[in-house]
Amino acid sequence: MTDAADLHQQRIASRIKQRYAAERRFRALGFFAVAFSVLVLAFLLVTMTSNAVGGFKRTELRFPIDFSTGLLTIDPSQLEGPNAMQALQGAGLPDVVAFAAAKAAGDVAGTELADGAWREVGKRLITNPALLRGKLDTSLPVSDDLASAWRGEGSAALQALATKLKADGQLVRAFDPGFLTRSDATDPQAVGIWGALKGSMLTMLVTLALAFPVGVLAAVYLEEYAPRNRWTDIIEVSINNLAAVPSIIFGLLGLAVFLWIFPNFRSAPLIGGMTLALMTMPVIVISGRNAIKAVPPSIRDAALAIGASRVQTVFHHVLPLALPGIMTGTIIGMARALGETAPLLMIGMRAFVAAPPDGFTSPSSVLPVQIFLWSDEINRGFVERTSAAIIVLLLFLLAMNGLAIYLRNRFEKTW
Amino acid sequence: MVTTLHDRDPIDAKISARNVSVFYGDKKAIDDVSIDIATQYVTAFIGPSGCGKSTFLRTLNRMNDTIASARVEGEISLDGQDIYRSGMDVVQLRARVGMVFQKPNPFPKSIYENVAYGPRIHGLSGSRSELDEIVERALRRAGLWDEVKDRLTDSGTTLSGGQQQRLCIARAIAVDPEVILMDEPCSSLDPIATARIEELIDELRGRYAIVIVTHSMQQAARVSQRTAFFHLGRMVEYGKTSDIFTNPREEKTKDYITGRYG
Repeated sequence: MTDAADLHQQRIASRIKQRYAAERRFRALGFFAVAFSVLVLAFLLVTMTSNAVGGFKRTELRFPIDFSTGLLTIDPSQLEGPNAMQALQGAGLPDVVAFAAAKAAGDVAGTELADGAWREVGKRLITNPALLRGKLDTSLPVSDDLASAWRGEGSAALQALATKLKADGQLVRAFDPGFLTRSDATDPQAVGIWGALKGSMLTMLVTLALAFPVGVLAAVYLEEYAPRNRWTDIIEVSINNLAAVPSIIFGLLGLAVFLWIFPNFRSAPLIGGMTLALMTMPVIVISGRNAIKAVPPSIRDAALAIGASRVQTVFHHVLPLALPGIMTGTIIGMARALGETAPLLMIGMRAFVAAPPDGFTSPSSVLPVQIFLWSDEINRGFVERTSAAIIVLLLFLLAMNGLAIYLRNRFEKTW
Repeated sequence: MVTTLHDRDPIDAKISARNVSVFYGDKKAIDDVSIDIATQYVTAFIGPSGCGKSTFLRTLNRMNDTIASARVEGEISLDGQDIYRSGMDVVQLRARVGMVFQKPNPFPKSIYENVAYGPRIHGLSGSRSELDEIVERALRRAGLWDEVKDRLTDSGTTLSGGQQQRLCIARAIAVDPEVILMDEPCSSLDPIATARIEELIDELRGRYAIVIVTHSMQQAARVSQRTAFFHLGRMVEYGKTSDIFTNPREEKTKDYITGRYG
C-alpha cells in the first residue's frame, strides 16, 4: 500500500518537474521573440533616424551682402504687393547675391549657389525693407554639385574648394526647416516634403469620408438587420476576400473605373482617395462587425424592452459602445492606406509635382510614392532626403495611431 | 390537461393567452398554453429549467421577435386586443408591457439617463423639469431614490447588483407600463438584495400587473398570488398560489413542489 502511494508521489513529482521545465521553456521562447522584434525595430529606427538627420539638413554658403554700397537700387514702394519678387529680380538681386558670394568665397563659389537661392534674400528684404540700407549676413543653399563635393564626390576642383570653404567655416551643413514647407524638385538641395504630405492628408480625408460611413453602415446592416441566409454568407465571404486582395488590383480598378469616369483628375487626391477607400472599406466593415458583435446582447434587450425601435437601439446604445472598436479598426485601415504605394502608381500619382496640391482635384504626390520616387534617384543627395521623408511618414503614422489610442480611451465605457 | 383559472377563480384578465405554441425552428418550446393574467396580482411562473417559462414570458411583450427562428401560434391579447395582429406596433406594446431581465443590464450611462431614456424616446416629458419629476418618481417607486439621489450623474454600472436591478425596475416603470414582466430578477443577487426586490415587487403590485418567472418556489410562494406551473413546454397547473403550494391538483405539480424533481 505505502509502496504504491510512494510510486504515485514519485510520478507526480517527476511530472511536475517536466511541467515547470515546459513553462520556463515557453517563457524563454516568448521573451526571445519579443526581444528579437524589439531589436529589429530599434535597428530600423536608429539607421533611419541617423540617415534622416542629414536629410533635414542642406549645404549652405555663409557670406555677407553689403547693400549700403548701393549695389541694389530699388524703390522701397516696389517691395509691397504681389509683384515684389519680380521687382527685385528686375533690379538685379540675383546678380547682387552672386557677386557678394564671389567676393566672399571666390569666383567659383559665386556661380555655385543654388538656382533660386537669391529668393531667400528677397523674402527677407520684402518682410524687412530696412535691410536695404545695411549689411546682411546670409546663409544660402549651394548648388547640387558643390553639395556633392562636400560629400567627397564630383570634380576634384570643386572638392578642393569645398574642403577649403569648410575649413574657413563658410560652407556649412545647416538645418533646413524649408524641407517641411517645400515640394518636389530636381535638385536635392531644394526638395521638400510638404507637397507630398499635403497630398497624403487630402487623400486620407477623401478615403475617410468615403470608407468610414459606407463601412460602418454596411457593418451595422450586416450585424443588426440582415437575415442570416446564403446571400449574407456570400457577402460576408466576399468582404473578407476583398480585405485580402492585393492592393495593386485596387489600383487597376481605380485606373479602369475612376479615371474612366473622371479622366481629367489623373494623379489627383480625389481619385487616390477613392481608390484607397475601396481598399480600406472591407477592413472597416470587418472590424466594425466585430466591435458590434462584442456589444453585449443584454444592452440590446434592455433598449428593445423599454420600447426603443431598432434604429434607436443601434444609434443610442450599440454604436456608441462599438465606436472605440470601430475607430481602432478604421485607423488601422487608414494607416495601411497611408503607406500604400502600388495602387497610387497605377492611377498616375507618380508624376513629378513641384507644387503642393491646391485642392482635391489638382495633381499631387503622396508620401510613400514620393519616397519611392526619391529612392529611385541616382543623385546621392536624395538618399538622405529619402530617409527624412520616411521619418515624416512614420511620424504621420505615429500621430494617427496616437489619435486612435486617444479616441479609444476617450470613448471606451466599462461596465 | 390544461387547467386555467376560470373554473375555480374567475378574474379580471389583463393579458389572456389562448392556445399559444412557440417554435424555435422545428422545435416546439411551448405547447398549447392558455392563461389569463390578472391586473392587480403578481403571477409567478415556476417549473424546472428548460420548461419554457421564460420563453412564454417573452412572448407577452414580443421579445421573441428578436430571435429569427422563433414563431408564435395562437392568440395573446392585452386588454382584449391581439398583440400579434399585423397592425400592432411593437414599440407601443413594449411601452405598455415592460420587462426586467435575469442579469441586471443598466445602460453604461448615468443613473439619471438610464431612467430618463424610456420617457425620452416615447416623448413623455415636455420639459426638463417634467423629466426630472418622472425620474424621481420612478426611482422612488423602485425604492432607490434615497440611495442615489446625490449621485444621479454617476454611471449606472457603478451600483451594486441589487441596486442595478432596482435601477432596471425604475427604468421599466418610468414609462408607466401596465404590465411588468420579470425574468428571474433575483437569480444573480444575494439574499439581502433579493429580499429588497421581493419587497419592491409587493409594493408595486397594486399599480401594475406583474408576471415573474422564478426558479425558487419559496420566492413564488412569498411574492405571488397566482402561480402557473410549467413542465416540458406545457402549463400543467394554474391557480391561487396558496392552492398550488398546499393543495395541488396535479400529481406532477405535487412532485415538483415537494422536491421530487426539478
